[in-house]
Amino acid sequence: MSVPKPMMRGLLAKRLRFHLPIAFTVAIAASLAYKFMVAEPRKRAYADFYKNYDAVKEFNAMREAGIFESARPSGE
Amino acid sequence: MLATRALRLIGKRAISTSVCVRGGHGVAKVEDYTLPAYFDRRDSPLPDVSYVQSLSPEQKSLKEKEMGSWAALSNDEKIALYRISFKQSFAEMNQGSAEWKSVLGGVFFFLGFTGLVIIWQRIYVYGAVPHTFDPEYKQQELQRMLDMRVNPIEGISSKWDYENKQWKK
Repeated sequence: MSVPKPMMRGLLAKRLRFHLPIAFTVAIAASLAYKFMVAEPRKRAYADFYKNYDAVKEFNAMREAGIFESARPSGE
Repeated sequence: MLATRALRLIGKRAISTSVCVRGGHGVAKVEDYTLPAYFDRRDSPLPDVSYVQSLSPEQKSLKEKEMGSWAALSNDEKIALYRISFKQSFAEMNQGSAEWKSVLGGVFFFLGFTGLVIIWQRIYVYGAVPHTFDPEYKQQELQRMLDMRVNPIEGISSKWDYENKQWKK
């Protein structure tokens, strides 16, 4: 019956000491991963697309394809 | 009490003062479920009642001994007193079981059965799919999407090579 007295205090502090650094590291790692694997490539893709974008040329190509109702292909 | 006093005023009748509820039927029978119950729960460590309600003679004498100095109790007597008050210790009530295997098995079984039901439904209940699902129609849809430059930066039109009229390698 001689069981040692169990830990009565500081249980939350002990848990936090262990889990809080892990939580912060995982959160920061997740956000960095998202930034460099999703956000940056997307921004670069948009920048590259619009670097040499000619809106009029694209419009004419779409017009010739016949998708517009008010701007029919030049042949009609 | 009030009823019997009123009746005594009306006439001298021999009414037992212990039967004092309207209708003269007596006090309602106490149902088991209305009394405080015992339960083993981690989050409610001290139940409303002791586990053992009717003590045997040895348990009664043990309870008398408990009134004195606890240092005089042997370890077995302390455990006996604990078992009078509680059914399972925290260690006993917290121990896991193999029930999760049966639960998971049941879940998978019914998921499989649901799959069979859905297959039967697809064959015997649903009608034909609309003409817009025909491969030729789908091809025309895709061509129109590419003509419209749908999602030209990261999506479908970005994967199409407009110069060579083919998918980008």
